[in-house]
Amino acid sequence: MSDVASRRDARRASLAVGLAVSAYGVSFGALAVTAGLDVWQTCVLSLVMFSGGSQFAVIGVLASGGTAAGPAAIAGATLLGLRNTLYAVRVSPIVGPGWVKRLAAGHLTIDESTAVATAQPTLEGQRWGFWMTGLVIYVGWNLTTLAGALLGDLLGDVSRFGLDAAAAAAFLGLVWPRLTALQPVVVAVAAAVVAAVAIPVLPPGLPVLVAALVALVVGLPDLFGRRPGTEPLRAHDAALDEHGPPAPDAGEAHR
Amino acid sequence: MTLWQIILLASIAVLALKLVGYLVPPRVLETPTAARTANLTTVALLSALIVVQTVSVGQQLTLDARLPALVVAAGLLAVRAPFILVIVAAAASAALLRMLGWAA
Repeated sequence: MSDVASRRDARRASLAVGLAVSAYGVSFGALAVTAGLDVWQTCVLSLVMFSGGSQFAVIGVLASGGTAAGPAAIAGATLLGLRNTLYAVRVSPIVGPGWVKRLAAGHLTIDESTAVATAQPTLEGQRWGFWMTGLVIYVGWNLTTLAGALLGDLLGDVSRFGLDAAAAAAFLGLVWPRLTALQPVVVAVAAAVVAAVAIPVLPPGLPVLVAALVALVVGLPDLFGRRPGTEPLRAHDAALDEHGPPAPDAGEAHR
Repeated sequence: MTLWQIILLASIAVLALKLVGYLVPPRVLETPTAARTANLTTVALLSALIVVQTVSVGQQLTLDARLPALVVAAGLLAVRAPFILVIVAAAASAALLRMLGWAA
């Protein structure tokens, strides 16, 4: 493929994914304000943390547990952010040398930028895919976060508009493209059961962390795996399909 | 712990995790076990968050408009509807059920 064609393809995928994901920052902004954050705090999360899954985890835990659940909120966000480390290792050769460039790339390393970049067939396309997806989402996600926060502030209790249900739907949209084999499905179901059992007996925030242990129990010995040891690290592919759900990373998503 | 402390600590931790990846030589973390477990951790966390967001209020389990809204979202995801439509439809379903008084 020529450089021109691969650039064009990468730009097209970046824009489609970037704009779809950015739109969804409105619900983050509105939910954050409902969870008790002010507009500044909401914007700092999008500007500095910039990882949809982790951001929703923070406000989800704070909404149910308040500041007493602070350590659980930090731990939840951090655990969800771990996959960005793996993405960074993966896109590091695409970004190339130069520490300023690598610092900037680090900030933009999320589900979508990794997914679009690694799906491109040429190095030129991969570079375009990474930077353009990352920048489009960074600008768009922060603008829509601000809009959602201001809007949520005006509207008051947003459960009237079903925004609490939107958060659950967002998490579902993030996990959906990952449920492509028996192993992740088993983990998802088991984690859901563990969380439901733990909700009444543990303080808010902890059920999510306890449920995360399911991944270690299944993942380390590779239970329910298809072919042990052959699963490569990859950002899930759904964000690349213009018709499929571009899961915001959420980071994962695929925020 | 104040709200600002929680937000700043969590933000810095997540940002630092991204930057750490650029210091690691490629392949070190790409062992199949590390990659598999990291991917499954994401699945487990998201799944648990869905449950918490859908059926809990604090430490109580409750069934309200959020569960049917989640079912709507799942149906739309199954037919590969665009992500933003899934979110909007879920919110609209819950809002409608509450407006009609069919669910809390």
